[in-house]
Amino acid sequence: MPPKEFLQPHDVLVLGAGNAAMSAALTARARGASVLMIESANKDLRGGNSRHVRNIRYTHNAATDYVTGRYDADEYFKDLMRVTDGNTNEELMRFMIDASEDCADWMLAQGIKFQPPLSGTLGLARTNAFFLGGGRAMMNSYFKAAEKAGIDIVYEAEVEEMELDGSTFKAAMVRHGGELHRVEARTVVLASGGFEANIEWLKEGWGEIAENFLVRGSPMNTGKVLRSMLDNGAKPIGAPDQCHAVAIDGRAPKFDGGISTRIDCVIFSAVVNKNGERFYDEGEDIWPKRYAIWGRLVAKQPDQVAYAIIDSKSMGLFMPTVYAPFQADTLGDLAEQLGVDAPTMEKTIADFNAAVQPGEFNATEPDGCHTEGLEPKKSNWARKIDTPPYYGYPVKMGITFTYLGLEVNKSAQVFMNDGKPADNIWAAGEIMAGNILGQGYAGGTGMAIGNVFGRIAGEEAARHARN
Amino acid sequence: MPATETLEEAKRVMQICNACRYCEGYCAVFPAMNKRLTFSEGDVTYLANLCHGCQGCYYACQYAPPHEFAVNVPKVFAELRAETYRDYAWPGIFKGLFEGNAKWIALITAVLAVAVLAGVYLVQGADVLGGVHTGPGAFYNVIPHNVIVYLAIVPFAFAGLAFLIGLLKFWRDIGARPADLVHPGALAQALKDAGQMKYMAGGGHGCNYPDDNFSMARRHAHQMTMWGFMLCFAATSVATLYHYAFGWEAPYDYLSIPVILGTLGGIGIVIGPVGLLMIKKKADPAPQDTKRTGMDIAFLWLLILTGVTGLALLGLRETSAMGTLLAVHLGIVLAMFATFPYGKMVHAVYRLGALIKFAHERRE
Repeated sequence: MPPKEFLQPHDVLVLGAGNAAMSAALTARARGASVLMIESANKDLRGGNSRHVRNIRYTHNAATDYVTGRYDADEYFKDLMRVTDGNTNEELMRFMIDASEDCADWMLAQGIKFQPPLSGTLGLARTNAFFLGGGRAMMNSYFKAAEKAGIDIVYEAEVEEMELDGSTFKAAMVRHGGELHRVEARTVVLASGGFEANIEWLKEGWGEIAENFLVRGSPMNTGKVLRSMLDNGAKPIGAPDQCHAVAIDGRAPKFDGGISTRIDCVIFSAVVNKNGERFYDEGEDIWPKRYAIWGRLVAKQPDQVAYAIIDSKSMGLFMPTVYAPFQADTLGDLAEQLGVDAPTMEKTIADFNAAVQPGEFNATEPDGCHTEGLEPKKSNWARKIDTPPYYGYPVKMGITFTYLGLEVNKSAQVFMNDGKPADNIWAAGEIMAGNILGQGYAGGTGMAIGNVFGRIAGEEAARHARN
Repeated sequence: MPATETLEEAKRVMQICNACRYCEGYCAVFPAMNKRLTFSEGDVTYLANLCHGCQGCYYACQYAPPHEFAVNVPKVFAELRAETYRDYAWPGIFKGLFEGNAKWIALITAVLAVAVLAGVYLVQGADVLGGVHTGPGAFYNVIPHNVIVYLAIVPFAFAGLAFLIGLLKFWRDIGARPADLVHPGALAQALKDAGQMKYMAGGGHGCNYPDDNFSMARRHAHQMTMWGFMLCFAATSVATLYHYAFGWEAPYDYLSIPVILGTLGGIGIVIGPVGLLMIKKKADPAPQDTKRTGMDIAFLWLLILTGVTGLALLGLRETSAMGTLLAVHLGIVLAMFATFPYGKMVHAVYRLGALIKFAHERRE
């Protein structure tokens, strides 16, 4: 038996239930449309990757209760141009940035709560507003607002396939309770995330090494909707290997590890691969750049694993980790514990120590403490690793989200391969974020993209359905 | 120091929380946690008693069950607090009263109420007990003033001593210096935070009771309870002053200071606990220490009974029911004081201790 919500065609069918989906659903409902949301997770794990987020980056002209200062559209634009290296649709990026100005106000109106800028741990207190309690609390507020607005929500329902007639959406084939149901609607908003939890798909971009990636977010993001849309002739954007990937603790869960698995000590360490060799300048840059590049660096190493080695001098200089580090009184013992080639690692650290130049160490900014005559060099925070106990963290690539998605216009309409927008299909969130984020990432941008394009998609879909 | 299993679970959970920190906006626990890299047994004992059980962090938690990290801060902290109460109890032979607490509180209350009533009946006789007494000293016709004073002072003083010894044990275990306990600045800050129940407001929107909705209901009911109790205490203090300093004997006029304070306080310790009981009944059991619900409920009923008998005594003090009500009310008040160190009331002591430590840490 299908759930009763499936029997009546709705004005707007929203696929997904994260921030972008909620932005679309609530907007469409506010315009008078009947809305059905389909969420693949159960109630406990609902909200896709949004349950792991913490903040939103949005344009604001002055400090408020939630941000410490001005962050204007030009600065936002420059920041995104820098991280994407120009790999973006500038017009859409500009549009998203300008439209992000009322993100926080709109979210507050939905009952979402922000916290006063507190910690500054992440250095984002000026540019980003932080959700009180983080993403899951935000999603709880969203779901409450959705229930109150009379949006129908069906949990544990997964879209297997999209049924299109040319560029017109007809129905979604949805698996629920072990059965496949045909769910019709007048319009559809695709907000079902990316495919980072689909290892087979990742292999198309990365090859076999994707087997060793850890997925930081929802195991539900398998990209079935995206795949079906591409099969139906929707126009792709972005490369299959482009994604936000960071270095996380190698002991993290395969899925859903979220923020706590991050490894923050790279700049204070010597990072070696399993052969005991260094392979990149650990002191190249400060957070967040180093955080974002190290995932890819590790992915290129043998077995896609590396080990950040520090000594007792560096303990306490970085964010606490969820797993305790490996610990030993000699580097040889530590290498044994980590499964790293011990003689090579000892030599690597000895060479490293010998190359360290005297300098004024400063943990909080690039301090010029560097190595000389060493390949690869360490440009900052280079200190001898010589004070036991020694500590080691295994590091793997943690994939956060993928950028290969559907091309859209400013109305969030999905383009088909003939270059024309689809008739009644809109997209928001990770499934179209690649239009703006061709590569790289700046924290909190995903939430802004989801909210801006979600609201547009919801508005456009509602208007179309009710005309 | 509480038992190891709960301590280990609390340490495990704090390690995860400290690597996440999304909950820093909710209460004092998380800023206090942020100051540490690792967690000793004293650390988690301190943090557990700093936790007001608002549950905001549980419903916000991306790692709450069914996630494999299975983070449930309010539950493990509630369990740890209960172990704190038991393990720091003085004298040690009364630790057992925390197990099956509701049964013990009910028994002790019933026994003392009946004992006082029976005592009055046997000593004074049915005529005095059932008689109508009015005018100054009316109460003392039924139970002499000195008897009331001694009956109250002995358990009251004993409870105070037990509280102090428990607090000092706790204070030592959480690694604080005795002098810090009476640091004026920290003490003032802690009393202010406790008086407002600042951290029961979670991040400013209230507790997540009875579910993931934010509500100030629990905080307000708790404030009513606490301030109700304080007003009753103030009423008794003023009455004591009247008696000894001015020689004015109870009962006092309905519009006198002790009666106004006592009436407001009595109302507070009735409707506050009734509210808390109603909230508790509806609450999601997942983030709670459900094994100890009985202790909470017993304490709330004891307060309600104290308030109801006190208000009834006030309303019926010029009728023949006065003697019986006075005896029963006194018995219940005795039970309340006698069981204070071995029931839910002790949370106030350790909570205040934790708040003082937090006030210190914040100043550093």
